[in-house]
Amino acid sequence: MQECLLEVKDLKTSFYTEKGLVTAVDGVSFTVHSGETLGVVGESGCGKSVTAESIMRLLDESATRYEGEINYKGKNLLKLPEKEMEAIRGNEIAMIFQDAMTSLNPVYTIGNQIAESIMAHSDLNKKEAYEKAVEMLRLTGIPSPEKRIHEYPHEISGGMRQRAMIAMALSCRPQLLIADEPTTALDVTIQAQILEVMEELKKELNMGIILITHDLGVVAEVCTHVVVMYLGQVIEEADVETIFSKPLHPYTNGLLKCIPQLDGDRTKPLFTIEGVVPSLDDIPPGCRFAGRCPFADSKCRKEPPPLEEAAYRHKIRCWHYEEIQRQGAFEDVAIPS
Amino acid sequence: MEVETTLEMENMLSTKNRLKKERFNLFVKRFFANRQAVLGSMMVILLVLFALIAPFITKYTPLQIDPAHRLQAPSSIHWFGTDNYGRDLFSRVAYGGRVSLAVGLSATMLTALIGMVTGLYAAYYRLLDHVLMRICDGLMAFPDILLAIAITAVLGPRPVNVVIAITVVKIPSMARVVRSVALVVKEQTYIEALKAQGAGSFRIIWRHIAPNTISPFIVQATYVFALSIILEAGLSFLGAGVPAPNPSWGNILYDGKIVIFSAWWMTVFPGLFIILSVLGLNLFGDGLRDLLDPHTNKANK
Repeated sequence: MQECLLEVKDLKTSFYTEKGLVTAVDGVSFTVHSGETLGVVGESGCGKSVTAESIMRLLDESATRYEGEINYKGKNLLKLPEKEMEAIRGNEIAMIFQDAMTSLNPVYTIGNQIAESIMAHSDLNKKEAYEKAVEMLRLTGIPSPEKRIHEYPHEISGGMRQRAMIAMALSCRPQLLIADEPTTALDVTIQAQILEVMEELKKELNMGIILITHDLGVVAEVCTHVVVMYLGQVIEEADVETIFSKPLHPYTNGLLKCIPQLDGDRTKPLFTIEGVVPSLDDIPPGCRFAGRCPFADSKCRKEPPPLEEAAYRHKIRCWHYEEIQRQGAFEDVAIPS
Repeated sequence: MEVETTLEMENMLSTKNRLKKERFNLFVKRFFANRQAVLGSMMVILLVLFALIAPFITKYTPLQIDPAHRLQAPSSIHWFGTDNYGRDLFSRVAYGGRVSLAVGLSATMLTALIGMVTGLYAAYYRLLDHVLMRICDGLMAFPDILLAIAITAVLGPRPVNVVIAITVVKIPSMARVVRSVALVVKEQTYIEALKAQGAGSFRIIWRHIAPNTISPFIVQATYVFALSIILEAGLSFLGAGVPAPNPSWGNILYDGKIVIFSAWWMTVFPGLFIILSVLGLNLFGDGLRDLLDPHTNKANK
């Protein structure tokens, strides 16, 4: 068993808005171990990014309320003073953002920016920091990094910018990397390269990764463990094989069925999960997925189901998971290849 | 191995210098292709040179009274004529230019500095924003010239106080420009990414937000410069600025007001210099705006 790096325990993140307190993340718990990639999946607005930003404490603290615990190596990050948090950010926990196009400051060269964050967390001088920046860029597979380092973000392509971002995030050898949809804005070729780079660096630095995505293909490719979120809650958590072969939650199953198959029937319309995600300020009283669930009955609409452990490291939030489990699995579950 | 790394470092440095040189040359080329910027900067440079060099050309000092030759029209002896005390107008306009430009420049620099700090911090801290912007609203509620007169009236009419008055009046316009740009920059992903890199607020504000506000900041500074010259002239004209007998473009105009029908040169020359300096600065500002803002650039093409 590898060392438990990060433990998120009953995290609840709420925002003060004009409509009152809105809870975007409601009682999320998971753990990340060194050398493990945890995938966090769910559709837009389910609280994936807010969870990530809560771990980094990047949200505007005057308008946000945190509850629960985020334990990183035994320290509760939510209780740390801002100064200590600054020392952890970038140095021990790093983050890659979705939008590579705007994640670099346009007024500085990429080398300047990478060197700056290296110097902020170490005693290296400018020259050494630049050398290290070149080395990091080379590690992420950028060709002739000693030339690229003097270019401005607008002079290089999106894929290269994302690599520069990864180089910057990894320049201080963090223990934990949070990647918030790192490949969403990129085309599939670059996506594959970026994922490969992340995978290699994970092995080399033995870090834990939290990969936030809505692309189940990416999850199947790189994750070891998966958390499925819906409307601010974890609804299913299991290792990657279980999620794809024996999903227990109707929502997870629905997500898997939504993946179009290359060899599928082209005449049939693509599968969709009926209905829309309820608004966060109007959460239904029972199971949050009940309105869209084919299995929902009156109990589902009245009482919220607890997160139960169906098997070892397989948690599920559904009243009917046992029936579903008895049936074996859902029919015609798609496994992305 | 050793040789290889030094080679690599040299390679790196030469690429860096080459890129820098290329970017600089490109900027110079674009600057000279911009007619407004070139014309405006030429006008400003000539005026500054005039104010600096002219006193060495003329043999009269600006305070030398010669009642026998009062109100003489421009001639080969007195190029711009003489005023109602027989003082040489060319010399007075040149010295007045020194005063007007110096007051304008120092007021601009002071305004720019305070406006930058105010704008950046107001954009970054929400509570401070409310406080600072309400103060700015209060200052902006007064007409510029009235507030400036009130300040010099309290402090006394001296060039230093004129600078202070202009600065106080002009800070809100500077702060608002910087703030509005900084507010946009603050919400960019790269600022969040910087926070995720462990950057503190000082580093984010000064190293990352400030450089992104530079172009509108510089453009606004040229306008503030032009407006300060007008404001200084206005104050001196009303007797609340640079006190007599020291010349400034404003109080030469004031002296000329009484004799405007018999001695046109006393109003025309200082007035012309005010117009030229303001026009030059505004042209320069417009040119810089086109040069520094990529959006207007595209629109022109």
